[in-house]
Amino acid sequence: MSPAMESNTPAIEIKGVEKSFGATKVIQNINLSIAQGERHALIGPNGAGKSTTFNLISGYMKPTSGSIKLRGEEVAGLRPFQINRRGLSRSFQVTNVFANMTVWENLRCAVLWSTGHRYAFWKNVDNLPVVRERTAQILEDIHLTSRRDVPAGLLTYAEQRALEIGITVAGGANVILLDEPTAGMSNAETERAVSLIRRLTEGRTLLIVEHDMSVVFGLADRISVLVYGQVIASGTPEEIRGNPKVKEAYLGEEAA
Amino acid sequence: MTDLASHAAALGAAPPRPTVSDRLKFYGIWLATAVALLVLPQVFSSGGSLTTFSLVGISIIFALSYNILLGQTGMLSFGHAVYYGLGGFLAIHAINIVGFHKWPIPLPLMPLIGGVAGLFFAALIGWVMTQRSGTAFAMISLGLAELVASSALILRTFFGGEAGISANRTKLFKVFGLSFGPQIQIYYLIAAWTLIAIIAMYALTRTPLGRMCNAVRDNPERVQFVGYDPHVVRYLAFCFSGFFAGIAGALAAINFEIANSAYLGATQSGTVLFSTYIGGIGFFIGPIVGAVFVTVLSLGLSDLTQVWQLYFGLFFIAVVAFAPGGITGLLMMHRPLIRAGMLQRMLPSYLIAVVPTLALCTGLMMMIETIVHYTVNPNESPNIKAFGIPFNAERPSVWAISAVLIIVGFILARMSWTRVGQTWDATLSAARAKVHAT
Repeated sequence: MSPAMESNTPAIEIKGVEKSFGATKVIQNINLSIAQGERHALIGPNGAGKSTTFNLISGYMKPTSGSIKLRGEEVAGLRPFQINRRGLSRSFQVTNVFANMTVWENLRCAVLWSTGHRYAFWKNVDNLPVVRERTAQILEDIHLTSRRDVPAGLLTYAEQRALEIGITVAGGANVILLDEPTAGMSNAETERAVSLIRRLTEGRTLLIVEHDMSVVFGLADRISVLVYGQVIASGTPEEIRGNPKVKEAYLGEEAA
Repeated sequence: MTDLASHAAALGAAPPRPTVSDRLKFYGIWLATAVALLVLPQVFSSGGSLTTFSLVGISIIFALSYNILLGQTGMLSFGHAVYYGLGGFLAIHAINIVGFHKWPIPLPLMPLIGGVAGLFFAALIGWVMTQRSGTAFAMISLGLAELVASSALILRTFFGGEAGISANRTKLFKVFGLSFGPQIQIYYLIAAWTLIAIIAMYALTRTPLGRMCNAVRDNPERVQFVGYDPHVVRYLAFCFSGFFAGIAGALAAINFEIANSAYLGATQSGTVLFSTYIGGIGFFIGPIVGAVFVTVLSLGLSDLTQVWQLYFGLFFIAVVAFAPGGITGLLMMHRPLIRAGMLQRMLPSYLIAVVPTLALCTGLMMMIETIVHYTVNPNESPNIKAFGIPFNAERPSVWAISAVLIIVGFILARMSWTRVGQTWDATLSAARAKVHAT
């Protein structure tokens, strides 16, 4: 049996990861373990290294040292598309879609690799039933059916954020990383986004960076707190709420 | 079971399948193009127009191959003539070798050899070049083009130096008794290859690779996070582009029965960039429009004025500055108005704006031609002729008229185009409201 098949293998296991830019150590010795099927939130003050951690896990940056395992398999130093093909998909804090292509085409591009069509130049893309079905399903899931033929660049902000999540989950990855999915949204939009995230990540592993504490405590099974490039606490929402170190470093500031 | 139900429901979200009439319309366009290519020489049968059509066909293939890079994948190449030229040279050598050995390979297959040559060199060089897009790719393409163009003058056995390599296209194995001596037969050969190449390149845009090319153009970073390596996408696009450029080069070599260093040069690379951009890189038919326009214009202008390249350059600047979508982009802008039946609302403001714009252009032409007279041929008669209109370059009144035309034309043109912009905004919102209401 391969390690990925065992359900007690962590979805993501980070051990002793460091990242330096020149002499500046942005991430110092992160250790983090996320179980399969868990919804895990990463919180911390600005500049704590949350986005850098995402960039390291998803292959956007290479760690200076340490190990990152995706369902038991070492992925540190692999390219983003190699990690994506191993079942990890991420979204971006700043909307990062294919602006000149329609909503439909955006989602379809995210489906093509995982349905095995790769770089095929001998197939008609409109004639692939599985691709069509999956794209339509995601389109419906993110409630953008009425905007199907609109170029992504012309969508409203909230619609673009929904599309961003749609692209992230469309490939059917088992591990989903969402970087501040509700940033800049109104309360009503945030509520809708949270229920969307909950539905789309059903049965998958979710790692989410979020500033909105109501989103974090409402969504996450476990929470890790990152301060100055180090995980200072990791636990259930109740444990994090009661942790004095966290209060001092982060939550306390907000309460004050 | 719920899964099945939700799938059935979700498929309603997919774009509708093309109906029978959509399909008929689609195949009708290709059929109409084929028929038009067939009857064209019957309508315009002079030798000159046959030559023009042949050149147009070659530039259409070349420009479309260029747009696989620029418009589809977002790669700006300054050296696309390399693959065109190498395709041409390989085809010329193939014609000579096949003719010498009397192998049973007919002329209509020679463009394929050019295409394979283009593909081979693109595949050979492309992997390193396509590592990056943007400035790095543009600079490497430029350097490589210079390298190949200068080696064309050094490696004389292959490239034939200044004179180039010539061949006799009529000496090959004959099919259906066609000698391919007369231009009409060459026209049909080029027309057939043009149609095949257009269909093939259109089909390419409808494949998973073709769609991912667009994705790489829009956002190469994001492509990596949906499982694709943008480098591989760019490389494959580059290979296809080289293949079709090679076909175009081979057709040119067949048409002229010669391949020389000009095929590989910067002028050729520049012309294809101009044609593609002027036609419009955002639409599949853009490069076709641009290739027709630029080829016909350059043939026509060179008869009318000796500084036709100057006008050509000014026109290119105007397109880049005022119509970045090219000719096709300008036409396509009007689609919502046509759909709403409101195009006629724009016509009066267009007509008003055209008058001062034409005055400005006339003034500029008079000034340019007068300056050309003084700088290029100062000792010749001042009675010059530009665009078929005779005038005296020494007369102060000519200078005065051109100055007035330029200044007044410019001021009025600015004002009237501002008006056009306002009318446009109003008409477009009215058209949108009308479409929404129905």
